[in-house]
Amino acid sequence: MSHNGTVARIDDFRSWFMDKLLMGMSWPEYMRKMLTPFNVLAAIILSVGIPVIGMRFIYGLSAVTHASHDYPWGLTLGWGLFGGVPLSATGFIMATAYYIFGFKGYKPLVRLGVLVGFMGYLFAVIYLLTDIGRPWRIYYPMLMGFGTASVLFLVAWHVATYLTVQFLEFSPAILEWLRSTRVRRWANMITIAMTIAGIILSTLHQSALGAMFLLAPGKLHPLWYSSYIPHFFLSSSVYAALAMVIIVSALVVRFMRKSTDTNFRDNLDRLTIGLGKGAFIGMFVYFALKLIGVAHDDHWGLLATPYGYWFALEMIGFVLLPSLVLVYGVKKESAGIVRMGAAYAVIGVLLNRINVSIIAFNWQMPDHLHHIIPPWQETAMVLAIVTIHILLFRWIVNRMPVVRKEPGYDEH
Amino acid sequence: MGKIPKGSEKDHEGDEMCVSEKKEKQQDHSGVSRRKFLKAATLVGCTAVIANPSNASAYKEFEGWPDRYGMLTDFTLCVGCRSCEKACNEANGLPAPERSFDDGSVFNEMRRPTQDAYTVVNRYQDPNEPDKPVYRKIQCNHCNEPACASACPIHAYTKTKEGPVLYDPDLCFGCRYCMIACPFNVPAYDYDSALEPKIVKCVMCYDRIKEGGIPACADACPAGAVTFGKRDDLLKLAKKRIYQKPDRYIDHVYGEHEVGGTGWLYISGVPFEDLGFPKDLPNKPPIELTKGFLGAVPVVFTVWPALFGTIYAALKHRDELENNKTEHQVKEEGEK
Repeated sequence: MSHNGTVARIDDFRSWFMDKLLMGMSWPEYMRKMLTPFNVLAAIILSVGIPVIGMRFIYGLSAVTHASHDYPWGLTLGWGLFGGVPLSATGFIMATAYYIFGFKGYKPLVRLGVLVGFMGYLFAVIYLLTDIGRPWRIYYPMLMGFGTASVLFLVAWHVATYLTVQFLEFSPAILEWLRSTRVRRWANMITIAMTIAGIILSTLHQSALGAMFLLAPGKLHPLWYSSYIPHFFLSSSVYAALAMVIIVSALVVRFMRKSTDTNFRDNLDRLTIGLGKGAFIGMFVYFALKLIGVAHDDHWGLLATPYGYWFALEMIGFVLLPSLVLVYGVKKESAGIVRMGAAYAVIGVLLNRINVSIIAFNWQMPDHLHHIIPPWQETAMVLAIVTIHILLFRWIVNRMPVVRKEPGYDEH
Repeated sequence: MGKIPKGSEKDHEGDEMCVSEKKEKQQDHSGVSRRKFLKAATLVGCTAVIANPSNASAYKEFEGWPDRYGMLTDFTLCVGCRSCEKACNEANGLPAPERSFDDGSVFNEMRRPTQDAYTVVNRYQDPNEPDKPVYRKIQCNHCNEPACASACPIHAYTKTKEGPVLYDPDLCFGCRYCMIACPFNVPAYDYDSALEPKIVKCVMCYDRIKEGGIPACADACPAGAVTFGKRDDLLKLAKKRIYQKPDRYIDHVYGEHEVGGTGWLYISGVPFEDLGFPKDLPNKPPIELTKGFLGAVPVVFTVWPALFGTIYAALKHRDELENNKTEHQVKEEGEK
């Protein structure tokens, strides 16, 4: 092998590295560019949170969470799994709207939806891995024992399969980034099959997360416990996804403008209003379902109790009101108001999941609610994972064609 | 699964021949009006539809292993000596307690089973006689159809044919859904262990039972408050005691029906909710509440691809028609 050949190859690698990983900058340039207030804040959060995650694996869960025999699940799962998964329905909603129902105008937002969905599931698994006792056995439901009567068995299989499906759905962007043509063509061929697989898996496990609580009558407050709970979880994930795409796309344009193309920027306000319309229709459906749930069990009387007030606040303050903000924004054709309504709606979905998994759960226990404020360690752990989530998202969007078209690749 | 006895099919044929049907048959020769015929046909159809599912459900339902063991705790006899706690601790090789088993100060708080104790005894006030304490022993109830076992995604729990519900730590990955599902908040988790955390709960001294012995707590109880035996026999015993001393007991055997029946039964002189027992539990096993959802899964797997595939194909077809039309028009215009 000639000396010149080796040098040429090193040069090739260097230019590939700069082009693909450093966004065309040299190493010193890149490092200078990294020194932003956000990155400093992220570094501080991580320098606290990552050692705490380490503590969890050295001293056990009791060192970092309030988890107890009576309250096995806390913020990590309430936020990361039960809150994170409905907000990650973006992939299935956008892909279904675009590929199956033919909403072709939403093309600029499809890849973003798929990426947010894929990463949401990935991080839901990461939250799970920090919270379960023996994370290295995560594959056990696939290999070691089959609890086929368990709803969680279904969730485990579906999350694992759907993570793979979403990776395949997002793979065209990765392949374009790596400038592959042949594999990219194959990836396109499976799009429709993957989208339909996504619908099956998403409808089932979004609802399954709710169905998990069907096993615990008496422990979950009757206003939240309902035989309809799988439908509640599924239908709220639909509007949560639409609202999430509205928020994330707005943040991307605001903070990562260079990664977007004019097609994305010029269409965004119009598409935002369209998504807002879908979101408020979804919220009306959800609100109606919840009312039917109360009527079905005849729990009207419970509304006049402290938990009833809390339930009413959730339903009126965090479902009905945000939906009205969205209606107003759509009517005024104001993307800004729609974005505010979307953020409000997402907070409402998170509140619902926290209510089901933490606040209304074990409501009859003496001293209930003492565990609602998590210890600082658990908060630091969750914040660290959120930060890594954002950093990884930014890393991908800065490099891969997510909110822009890659020159040389045809429409799909 | 039990087989349908041969005779039963014949019986059901007899059942289907309902009264109105017979009447219509008798009227056959005297001329049947169209209306009557329709009425009869509807009735026959209805009975066929109604009769079939009853046939299908004629198989024997599994009502649990016969001759399985259980326990009976009689709270009117318990004196709060904690001998059961001590015996359990020794029999199962659990760590020594912080306060000795003679220390009565533990009764100043409400305790629950933990990773170090399969069973604990708590003190309550008798609502009728405030000076008289009532003691309640808590441990796993060894349900007939345990919620923990229905919750576990890895099948780490087994309802043994002897009666005890057992947990296998070698299969567990620590999701703790069993703790969420247990209606009695029994399973405890070893949160202090970083590498080998596991669920801890009463095993009804399975090994002792297998060797013909009796569980340590029942063996140790000096007051006869804890009785071991076949569940069916214990149920009879519990009802006999209530029947013989109706003033001493409230008329309820807790665990006979709750969540589909538990292996551990209780009788008491004070209402069970005053002793911290969950009071709003359904009588059917929790697994029944998820069966409908799980039953829908295969339907979604088969119907969704067809439904959404058709929608996709229909919209694509419409696009193609529109494109063909334009091409056709373009061609025509070109010819002109």
